Amino acid sequence: MNIVKTENLVHEYERRDEEGNVEGITTAVDHVSLDVAEGSFIAILGHNGSGKSTLAKHINAILSPKEGTVWVDGLDTAQEENLWEVRQRAGMVFQNPDNQIIGQVVEEDVGFGPENMGVPTKEIWERVEESLKAVGMYEYRKHSPNKLSGGQKQRVSIAGVLAMHPKVIVLDEPTAMLDPNGRREVIRAARGLNQVEGVTVILITHYMEEIVHADQVFVMDHGKIAMQGTPREIFSQVERLKELRLDVPQVTLLAHELKNSGVPLPDGILTRKELVDALTSLKT
Amino acid sequence: MSIIVEHLSHVYGDDTTLAVKALDDINLTIPDGQFVGIIGHTGSGKSTLMQHLNGLLKGSSGHILFDGQDIYAKDYQLKDLRRQVGLVFQYPEHQLFEIDVFSDVCFGPKNLGLSKEEIEERATNALKAVGMPKEYYNQSPFDLSGGQKRRVAIAGVLAMNPKVLILDEPTAGLDPQGRQEILDLIKSLQTESKMTILLVSHSMEDVADYVDRIIVMNHGRIAFDGAPKEVFAHYKELEEMGLACPQVTYVMHDLKEKGFDVDVNATTVEEAKNSILRALRRES
Repeated sequence: MNIVKTENLVHEYERRDEEGNVEGITTAVDHVSLDVAEGSFIAILGHNGSGKSTLAKHINAILSPKEGTVWVDGLDTAQEENLWEVRQRAGMVFQNPDNQIIGQVVEEDVGFGPENMGVPTKEIWERVEESLKAVGMYEYRKHSPNKLSGGQKQRVSIAGVLAMHPKVIVLDEPTAMLDPNGRREVIRAARGLNQVEGVTVILITHYMEEIVHADQVFVMDHGKIAMQGTPREIFSQVERLKELRLDVPQVTLLAHELKNSGVPLPDGILTRKELVDALTSLKT
Repeated sequence: MSIIVEHLSHVYGDDTTLAVKALDDINLTIPDGQFVGIIGHTGSGKSTLMQHLNGLLKGSSGHILFDGQDIYAKDYQLKDLRRQVGLVFQYPEHQLFEIDVFSDVCFGPKNLGLSKEEIEERATNALKAVGMPKEYYNQSPFDLSGGQKRRVAIAGVLAMNPKVLILDEPTAGLDPQGRQEILDLIKSLQTESKMTILLVSHSMEDVADYVDRIIVMNHGRIAFDGAPKEVFAHYKELEEMGLACPQVTYVMHDLKEKGFDVDVNATTVEEAKNSILRALRRES
C-alpha cells in the first residue's frame, strides 16, 4: 500500500461577494491522482497558484476533498473519525518558522505535539531528544527559539513534527524565507529524516537545486499534474519547464545551452560534478 | 547627488549587557542611478544598514549625507528624506489593505496632501511602471496572485516618486518566473526612470545578472564591494561567510583545475557558455 494516495482529487475555492453569493469558483486541484511509495523522497514543483499547497493541505486533512479520495497510510481523510490519526501520521511544516513555534524553550516546543497526543512524560522526553538529534539541534534544547536563526527555527519546527512519529512529513516551501546556509541546513535535515529514519518526505519548493536528490518529482500547473518523473527526466525538458514558469538549476541550464550550441553532452545534467566530468571526457 | 555613509556604526541594546554591534564603521558612496546588490547572511547587518538610509534607524555614531546634506543635522527634515528614499520591505504584500488595487496605490500620495488629479496620475503611472493591466485596478488586492500583489505593493512605493528605491528581498517566496519578472521590473526602474536601486538579497544568482555593484556585508562590516566579477573572485571567502556564489562560478573554477582555458570570472550562464565554447574550440 502506498503511504499517500489520491484518486481524482478535486478542490475548489469559492469567491463570494458581500452578500455571500458565489461570484466565481477557482479549481485549485483538478482531478489529481498520485501515489507516493513509503520511504520515498518526493518533490512537488509548480509556479505560484499552481495548486501545490492546496494539494499538500489535503495530505494532512487540513482540507477535505470536494471530489475524489485521499488516503494516508490507508486511512480515508474524508472520514471524520480518521482525522486525528491522519494528522498524526502525516506531519506538516510551513513556510514561516515564526508562525509555528509556540514554546518558550526549544525542548518544550518540540514536546508540545507528543504531549497533546497523551504520550507518557518519560517517553515525551525521549522523543524530544531523538527528534532534536535527528535535525542536529540537540545542543540548542535549552535555548529560547526566538534567538535562533531562520534555518535553526525551521529545524526545530521539523523536530516538533518528528516527535509525533509521523510516517510522512510534508514540507511546504520550508526554505522560502531562509538564507543559503539556512536552506542547506533544512534540506540536509529533511534528507537525513528520509534516509536515516525512513520517513517519507514530500517537499514543496521553488528552488530547483533542492530537488536534485528526490526520488520522484511532480510538477503542477493549473491544479493538474503536468509532469512527473525523476529529477533527471524532469530537468532534461528545459523548454517545457520554462513554459510552466519554472526554471532549472544553473548547471543544468548551462549544459542545455552548450548542447544547443553543438557540444555533445548528455541530457539532464544535474550537478556541477556531472557537467565538469562530461566536459573533461570530451577533451580527451 | 548621491548617498554618502561615513563611519556609521549602530549598536542594538547599547548600555545593556546584551549590546550587539550591528553596524561597525561603515563607509560607502552610492552615486546616482547605480543598481547595487547588498548581500549577506541573516544577521549580517544588511537590513539594519538599509533602515538607516531612510532614517528609520539612527546610527550610534557616524554620518549619512544625502544630496550633500547631513541627515542627522538638527534642522534636517527626515520627512523629506523618506519621501525621496522609498523602502519596500520583505513581503510587502502583507501591507496591502485597501478595498481595491487603485486605492491602495493612492494611499501614499494622498498622505502627501496632493490634489486628486495628481494622486490619480501618480497611481496610474506607478501601476503602469510595474506592468499591472487596467482591468485589475478595481479588483481587491487580496484576489491577486503572489507576484501581482507584490507588484501592487511596489507600485504603492513608486507612487511617492522616490529617487532612491530600497528593496528588501523582493523575490522571496516567488516562483522562478515571478522572480525574474520582478527583477526585470526593478532593472527597468533603473534604466528608464533613472532611479538609484539598492536591492537586499540572499541570492547571488538572482543579483549577478542585474546589478552594477555588489556590497557584501558580514558581521556588521563591509566585506567586499565591487563589480559582480570582482566580488565573485573571492568565492572561497564568500563560502566561509555562508554565502554561495552562482553555480557557474564553481563550474568555471572546476574546469580551470581540469586544465580548461576558461574565464573563471564568468558570472552568468551566457558568459560561461561562451567561455566554454571558446575553450573547446581551442582544444580541437
